[in-house]
Amino acid sequence: MSKSTVTAHMEKRFSKLRDEHRLPPKVLDELEEKVTDIGLTKKEFDEICDNVIDSYERSLVEPGEAVGTVAAQSIGEPGTQMTLRTFHYAGVAELSVTQGLPRLIEIVDARKNPSTPTMKIHLADDIAEDRNEAKRIARDIEMILVESVASNISIDLLRQAIDIRFDPELMEDKALTVEIIAEAIRAKIKAKGEVEAGDNTVFVYPTGETLADLQRLSEKIREVRVKGIDDVNHVVIRKESDRYVLYTEGSNLQDALEIAGVNPHKIYTNNLKEIYQVLGIEATRNAIIQEAMNVLNEQGMDVDVRHIILVADMMTADGAIRQIGRHGISGSKNSALARAAFEVTIKHLLGAGIAGTKDPLRGITENVILGQLIPLGTGSIDLLMNPQGSASEK
Amino acid sequence: MATGGLATKKIDSIEFGLLSPDDIRKMSIAQIVVADTYDEDGYPISSGIMDTRLGVIDPGQRCKTCGNRVGNCPGHFGHIELARPVVHAGYAKVIHKVLRAICRECNRVLLTDEEIEYYARLFKKYPDIGQKTANLSKDILKRAAKVKACPHCGAEQLKLKLEKPTSIYEVSEAGSVRLTPIDIRAKLESVTDDDYRLLGINPEAARLEWSILTVMSVPPVAVRPSITLESGVRSEDDLSHKLIDIIRINQRLRENLDAGAPQLIVEDLWELLQYHCTTYFDNGVSGIPPARHRSGRALRTLAQRLKGKEGRFRSNLSGKRVDFSARTVISPDPNLSMNEVGVPEQIATILTIPQRVTEWNLEEMKALVIRGPDRHPGCNYLIRTDGRRVDLRFVKDRSIISDTIEPGFIVERHLSSGDIVLFNRQPSLHRMSIMAHEVRVMPYRTFRLSLFVCPPYNADFDGDEMNLHVPQSEEARAEARVLMRVQEQILSPRYGGPIIGALQDYISAAFLLTRKSALYTRNKVNQLLATAGYEGELTPPAIKKPVPLWTGKQIFSMFIPAGINISFKANVCRKCTTCKKEDCEYDSYVVVRDGNIMFGVIDEKAFGAGEPDSLFHRIIKEKGSTTARIFMDSVGRLLVRLITDRGFSMGLDDVTLPREASRRIKIILEKADKKVNQLIETYKRDELDANPGQTLLETLEQRIMATLAEARDSAGAVAGEHLGLDNSAVIMAQTGARGSRLNLSQMAAVVGQQAVRGERISRGYMGRTLPHFERGDLGARARGFVASSYKSGLDPIEYWFHAAGGREGLVDTAVRTSTSGYMQRRLMTALQDLKVETDGTVRTAPGRIVQFKFGDDGVDPSKSDHGRSVNIDIAIEKVLGKSKVSREA
Repeated sequence: MSKSTVTAHMEKRFSKLRDEHRLPPKVLDELEEKVTDIGLTKKEFDEICDNVIDSYERSLVEPGEAVGTVAAQSIGEPGTQMTLRTFHYAGVAELSVTQGLPRLIEIVDARKNPSTPTMKIHLADDIAEDRNEAKRIARDIEMILVESVASNISIDLLRQAIDIRFDPELMEDKALTVEIIAEAIRAKIKAKGEVEAGDNTVFVYPTGETLADLQRLSEKIREVRVKGIDDVNHVVIRKESDRYVLYTEGSNLQDALEIAGVNPHKIYTNNLKEIYQVLGIEATRNAIIQEAMNVLNEQGMDVDVRHIILVADMMTADGAIRQIGRHGISGSKNSALARAAFEVTIKHLLGAGIAGTKDPLRGITENVILGQLIPLGTGSIDLLMNPQGSASEK
Repeated sequence: MATGGLATKKIDSIEFGLLSPDDIRKMSIAQIVVADTYDEDGYPISSGIMDTRLGVIDPGQRCKTCGNRVGNCPGHFGHIELARPVVHAGYAKVIHKVLRAICRECNRVLLTDEEIEYYARLFKKYPDIGQKTANLSKDILKRAAKVKACPHCGAEQLKLKLEKPTSIYEVSEAGSVRLTPIDIRAKLESVTDDDYRLLGINPEAARLEWSILTVMSVPPVAVRPSITLESGVRSEDDLSHKLIDIIRINQRLRENLDAGAPQLIVEDLWELLQYHCTTYFDNGVSGIPPARHRSGRALRTLAQRLKGKEGRFRSNLSGKRVDFSARTVISPDPNLSMNEVGVPEQIATILTIPQRVTEWNLEEMKALVIRGPDRHPGCNYLIRTDGRRVDLRFVKDRSIISDTIEPGFIVERHLSSGDIVLFNRQPSLHRMSIMAHEVRVMPYRTFRLSLFVCPPYNADFDGDEMNLHVPQSEEARAEARVLMRVQEQILSPRYGGPIIGALQDYISAAFLLTRKSALYTRNKVNQLLATAGYEGELTPPAIKKPVPLWTGKQIFSMFIPAGINISFKANVCRKCTTCKKEDCEYDSYVVVRDGNIMFGVIDEKAFGAGEPDSLFHRIIKEKGSTTARIFMDSVGRLLVRLITDRGFSMGLDDVTLPREASRRIKIILEKADKKVNQLIETYKRDELDANPGQTLLETLEQRIMATLAEARDSAGAVAGEHLGLDNSAVIMAQTGARGSRLNLSQMAAVVGQQAVRGERISRGYMGRTLPHFERGDLGARARGFVASSYKSGLDPIEYWFHAAGGREGLVDTAVRTSTSGYMQRRLMTALQDLKVETDGTVRTAPGRIVQFKFGDDGVDPSKSDHGRSVNIDIAIEKVLGKSKVSREA
């Protein structure tokens, strides 16, 4: 038996396996990698393949399996062992990221505003190793308000103006000039006042006369964004295997994608809602899996991905993010009884009464309430044997 | 049903709806008009709230309607005719919405005919495309509310304001006018069925005007039983109190109406009636004060009975109390198999299993009946073929009754050894919290269990109690045995690895047994193997002369099934930069070939609980759960015997350091203290460089923490030098049996920094933690650094800080259990309906596909190999190993 015939045989079998989808692609790839070049005979190879297929098929889920319940338990049970400490310094010392149980709850709640949104931004390949470029992009991203570079903002009552003085050191650090700031203020307040740039100072003369107007405008000016993108309060530059990576406090995926020099393929945020809005539901599903897996691994909890995939799929099944709970999945169940048994009992019962709903009793809670066999596992089989007689008697 | 026959009746669906006034009258057996309960003789007043026609609650009385006594009378409804209609508070919101969407003149929906037709078409289409028509109705209600003039009659629409909970006002420029329930009812009555459908109300099940009550249903007395106190005073149920209020006000309102009383008085009474009816349904409506009992306690009316954790739904319908269950304290028994549970004889004589008498067990059953209900293997009840139940406690001569026994009888015999039962410990966080065990009836009063099942139940023996349930049907017992038995649950579905395994002393003992220096004489080996119940061949001794000696590895290997091959790093591994593998000087590289330990020691990594990819994991994956269980059980018995004979304890000696070491630790701590003071000095002189993104103070704190942590670590290292593997505590820490190196150095060297919220303790008095320090003292000791060790003892200040740090941990656990419990409940309700269908898809209860293949590859995590669907290395090794053998042969 020559070696080439074996290889040919192996190739043939592999392509057949691939076409038949009898094994998941990951397993096939691993098998192919491990089997080649270890000098197998045709028979040995076939036996290995049969073995692998056999043990794969043995490991499949059985119909009726309560995968949902098992997934809920597998995620909930380690929850009791997780830390409650919100802040944990992960990787970057300067940035605190919500971890542990609070973060996990945030994820399954599909919160619109996570408590610590953050982005990880990779630079475009050609500038990835350039520290100056990294600094430039960081400056472009970091949101700078007038008040954060001003050393003093006061109201000059004599001149009826707002007097803003800047900290020259900060200005230089952020690569700002008085003109840029003046322009930003001008664009924001428009016709409400005139802006006059001086030497490290800016005066704003409001059109309104009253003191209240003056104060209101001064408050507004403090909040004027001079540079950067909204909601990104702080940027940290880190070097990771020769490449510079930016970590941000606050997240704004949409705007960050538009910054030149950012690698749009590798940008990441932990804000699920932004991912949904910018990248769509499939990306959100992946993000849920990734985020939840991260939290669990960080805490040293060994949980199979498949459970988290199920949760993510359930949350994203109808094209929008639905939270796990009253306002999401549990609240949109078909059965009024199941909804009433969860939360806000009275509302659901009254609602079912007036709408004249019919409960098809297909779920678990409903059948438990009625004391019937639940449609799961061994209870999902509608097959009965009549011990008294044979089928022909009928 | 135990008596056989097929219980095939099944409720297919439930329809919800409202009772129409006619329905209420039709199902009523009596009109209730008297606002009173009992007369002087204690007999229910006729037409009163406890009328005997509504059923009876006192033993001995007969129901006037059905003639049954207490247990058998299901109870019957009565009714109250309200003098004036009242709004059902729960529907006030809906009424308001609907009124806004219909014309105030012609009562048609405020939509043009074209719009109506458009929506009608959508209504037909929506169910087919899997959309909810409820959303359409919401849309219509919103849209119609915006219409200013009726498209049908042209009438101008006024604004309607809902004043919570039940009043609706019509607001015009002239002022606002209250719509009486009569007005509202009249309007709603003339809304057509088709219009109702558009508005999301199903007129077949409920017309909205029915939510304006003209007649009220009175629930049977069984629903609101009164209780008699020892003093003979009757105490009525909250619902009865409320009904009395309603009837009383209703009567007064009626009398006033008949007498033609002034409008003002009538309206007041009407309002009061409305209040009573509202609180009768829900005593928690916002906007009105809750009705109270004389004692000041808020009444528990209909809504309160259903709501919340203690409500009907969660505590009686979703969870039920059961018979055939027992609960007591648990205690350990290392001689039990993990499959077993020790049941106290007292419990076993109460719990029963129904067993059908056949020709083959007739004699056996007769013997049980004769033994009776008091002696253990006996029997409590006998069910004859006609379904009559005989309580053997009251049978004088059991031998007579035993002679009547014939096949077809059912004997409720005592629970006895070998029966299968379900065993459970709360909180039941995962499916391994309820497992099936085989009964072993034992003396004394606690449940006994094998230590191997402690991790899945999360049980210890500091007073834990557990529950036991006895399955009553053959199907249930079969399912329990096949699916729920402990050995079938060794592999956790959470991560596809064993959750059951050795712990604590088992691990220390295994280490002691398998380390290189362990050699045993024939005598000792025989003893150990006998305790373990080993029945195989004795391997030849490793050392033959002068006396035959066996190594511990050999002894352990005798229990590992042949054909097991695995190599891994043990827990004692020092994580050297380059692993010397088989030549490891700590014997921490474990190699098992064909079921024999060639190298390495057995510790937590080899067979610990919750340790995936371990030797035990390989055994169960390759050889199945029965072999794995036998392996664990026998090795367990062996190790217990070994460690009992040898002895293993830890004492003060184990954490006592030589004077020299203590001195070095002291120096380290003094140095650290000095360094901290220097840092504070630099900070005070304003010479400290802040870390990026941190304030100066934060930087200082972080540096101090780092300095002190380093000091603690190096002190621990010094202690470690003097504590070797001859030290029990070190053995436990290294093998993973119990404790960590940190615990050890805290005992021997220094406890270290106490922290609250991850920071040094800084609160207490103004500017200082305790009055023993100066204000603004930032030094190590002033902020909770404990320089003593547990062995040397803490001084009062240190003790205080230690307690503060410890308290945080306690609070944390308390808070965490509730938050994580709620998260799990939510996950559960959201996901519980999901199941795998026969086509491999994962679907929700209504049949909606969530995944085409579970987990994208269809693999059950509990059948996977720590997440992998197939362990290809093993598949290859299996084939190659086999062919290698055949080639050699």
